[in-house]
This record gives sequence, structure tokens and C-alpha cells, in this order.
Amino acid sequence: MRRVFARDALAQALLPCIGVVLLLALWYLASYVRVVDPVLLPSPVAMMTALWRGMTAGSLAHDFLRTVERTTVAMLVAAVIAVPLGILLGSSERLYRSVEFVIDFFRSTPASAVFPLFLVIFGVGDKTKIYVASFGASLVILFNVAYGVMNARKTRLLAAKVMGASRLRVLTDVMLMESLPQTFVGLRNGVSLALVIVVVAEMFIGSVDGLGHAVFDAQQMFEMPDMYASIFAAGALGYGLNLLFLLVEKRVVHWSGK
Amino acid sequence: MPDGAAHVTIRGLAKRFQDAVVYEGFDFDIPRGRFVSVFGPNGCGKSTLINMIAGLVPTDRGEILLGGKSVKDTNFGYVFQNYRDALFPWLRAFDNIEYPLKLRHIPQAQRRARVERLVARLGVTIDLRRYPYELSGGQQQLVSIMRALVVEPEVLFLDEPFSALDYEMTLFMRDQLQRLFLETATTMVLVSHDLEEAVYLADHVLLLSRRPARIADYVDVPQPRPRSAATLSDPEFVRVKGHCLEVFQRAVRGP
Repeated sequence: MRRVFARDALAQALLPCIGVVLLLALWYLASYVRVVDPVLLPSPVAMMTALWRGMTAGSLAHDFLRTVERTTVAMLVAAVIAVPLGILLGSSERLYRSVEFVIDFFRSTPASAVFPLFLVIFGVGDKTKIYVASFGASLVILFNVAYGVMNARKTRLLAAKVMGASRLRVLTDVMLMESLPQTFVGLRNGVSLALVIVVVAEMFIGSVDGLGHAVFDAQQMFEMPDMYASIFAAGALGYGLNLLFLLVEKRVVHWSGK
Repeated sequence: MPDGAAHVTIRGLAKRFQDAVVYEGFDFDIPRGRFVSVFGPNGCGKSTLINMIAGLVPTDRGEILLGGKSVKDTNFGYVFQNYRDALFPWLRAFDNIEYPLKLRHIPQAQRRARVERLVARLGVTIDLRRYPYELSGGQQQLVSIMRALVVEPEVLFLDEPFSALDYEMTLFMRDQLQRLFLETATTMVLVSHDLEEAVYLADHVLLLSRRPARIADYVDVPQPRPRSAATLSDPEFVRVKGHCLEVFQRAVRGP
């Protein structure tokens, strides 16, 4: 009986690996039988070798860290602006409704469309890359925080009020806590968007480093294994950031969904 | 003030929701240190009544005083039907119970002592270091009742507190509540949609008519306390309950 359970648990743990193994096998097969020109699609082994070399001896590690740094700064700026503003707007539904259209409009505007504007204001440097990412992420965060505050359970607010909590205490003790699950949704979506914007900016806006620059540079030099390695590094970074936020969320908002 | 004298006085109360007149010229006294159950047809304004007394819903006209004071100057407790939404899931059970003391700026050591005193007095065996979502429904409602009692309220309002619990838990919780009542002698006002529960717990049952709500009857329940499962089949209890049911049915049919 116990052995069956152990086998089931093992099977459960291995289930997500099937897709990875399948993809690698297909890729390897494709490059082995040369369905695609091997220059365009090197084997996974060549990619992994390039990744290892880039991370240990080459510039990829530096590029990786630069992208992490820009995304982190962009997220900090976005959160510092969007979280307090979201709480303020969310605490009064009338106030939020009055600016809802503006928020929705800019939230729907592709952040890449404002690159030229930000270039004019902040010049060709790190500032533009970071601030455009902050711009995109902050609107996503703002929207989620405001809705989190607005959707605070009425009974919970009433319970605090009936116990004698002032308006300010209701805001800090109940609304804020009630908005946390939705705030984390906003932060998670925000960091994904910020990474996308940073990587795009690194490709095209006068960059000397960063994962976007690494991908673009490798492509220009026709170093295909390096290009795939950089793409893989960007993917791993995106996945890792999402996972990090999920883990923090689970610890902080332990009551969510219960 | 002696037990049984008017504690909550309601005079000339009027309330309407859009076109529906819920209360019009409503007068009622709730006696001090007694347990009053409010029972009546669906939508007649049972909960609205205690919500107006507790200041959660504004009145249109009329005066409500608690021991001669307005509700703003009164120490009272309120227990919601939906304990899941009323408790704070980010706080442990203990911290939930002491929260109203925190609002009153009572220092931490005193807060702890008061919660612990309440726990000992009620003989509660729940692990209060747990979060509300780790407790059963009955335990959660017990925590929310303790949160209401920790401020040593003059009046405790309960809005259908057991209707989200299964029958077994309801029976258990009734006896817990009765014990709290005997222990604390707090004036208690219970809104219930379960006639047996309303009569079992009450010293007096306030039976309301359909909208606009009038007093259909005000019935004394003389059974001695503590009441138990045996009370439910006691002939006098059955008679009182039968009488309430009769009044209720007349009230539902309307004039």
C-alpha cells in the first residue's frame, strides 16, 4: 500500500518534466536529422555549452545581472508610486471612478509606444529603459491595488467599525490587509511586464549590456548558440521572478483563498 | 440599575427602504440583563432592528437609547452571521479577540491578561494560536463571540449567529452561548430564523409582524436555566413554542 503511494508521489513529481524532456528530445532530433539548417538551429548541447561558457567566462553573467538590476529598480519605482496611489484611489470608489478612464487608457497603451517620448525626456541611458518599465508596471499594480481595496469584504469593514475603529484604522487595519492578495497579483503581472520592457529597451535603445543586448548582439554576429543561450537566460529569469513572487505571496498572504 | 428594568429604549422608530415602510412609530424596551430573541417573517426587518440599535444602519426618525446614552457612547458587542467574513484571517485567533482592546489603546500586557481571563472563565479549549481558517465553523463563531465579549459589553447583539453551522454544532453553540449569558449576565439580543433556538435561549421572545413591523406578541419564557436538551421536550416549553408558532403564522398571513 505504502509503496503504491510512494510511486504515485514520484509520478506526480515527474509529471511536469515530461514536457521538458519531450521538447529537448524533439529539438535534438530536429538538429540531428537536419530538418532545419544547423546554423539556424544548433543542437541543445551546443546551446548549453554556450550558456555555460557565457555564464562563467563570457559576458552573459554580466548581462543577466544588468537586466535583473534594471528590472528590480523599475519595479521598486513602480511599487513606491503605485501602491500608495492605489490605496488612496481605492479607498474612495468615487475618486477611482473619476480617474478610471485615464488609468484604463494608459494601461491599454503599449508601453513601447512611449519610448520615443521618454527618450526625449530622459535621454539615451538607463533612465529611459527603467522608467518606461516603471510606467508599464505601475499602471498594472495601481489598477490591482485599487480594486483590492475597493473589493474589501463589507462585513469585515463593518466588523471593524462596530468595534469602534476610526476611518483611518479601518483603512490601515482592514482595507490594506484585504487588498494584499490582489496587490500581489498586480506585482506579479507588473514584474513580468517590466522584464519584457527592459529586454526590448536593451535591444534597441543604445545599450552596451543586458540580456536584450546579448540576444541582439549574438544575432547580429550570427553566433546562434550564444543567441539561444541568451534567450534561455531571459526565459529562466522571467520564470524565476514569477516563482519568487509566488513564494513571497504564499508566505505573506497566507490566508488567500482559504 | 436593577435587572429587568429597561436597558434599551426605542421610541417612535421609523425606517423605510425605498418604497417599503419597515418601521413606523415603533416603541419597544429591552430589559437589562435579560436575553431577548427577535423572531418574525422573512424580510420583516429583524436584522434591521438590531442594526439600527447598534448604529450600523441609520434610522429615519425616532430615538434609541442604551442605558440613557446614545450608541456612540455605549460599550457593546456585535456578532455577525458570517463569521468567515467577520473575523480577520491575517490575525491569529488570539489577536482577533484582543483587537477591540487594541482599538481602545489598552497596553499589551493588560490585553493578554483580559483575553486569558475570558478564556479561563468560559472554559474555551480552542488553540488560539491558530488562524481562523484553521478552525472549524463553530470554533470560528466562538472566537468572534469572544471578540465581542472581551470589551465587557453592556449589550451583546447576535445576528443569526448559528445559521451557517450544522445542526450538531448549533446545539453545542446554543449551550455555549447560554453559558456565556449565565456567566456574564450581559443583556443579549438575538435575531434568529429558528423558532426553537429563539425560544430555547430567550427570557423573552419578541415576535414581529410582516412589514411594517409591529409587535405581534412579546412572550415570556419562564423555563429555569440552565436549560438542556430535556427542556426541548418539556410540556411548558412546547406550549410556549406552540404559542409563538401560532402568533407567527397569524403574522405571516397578515391582517
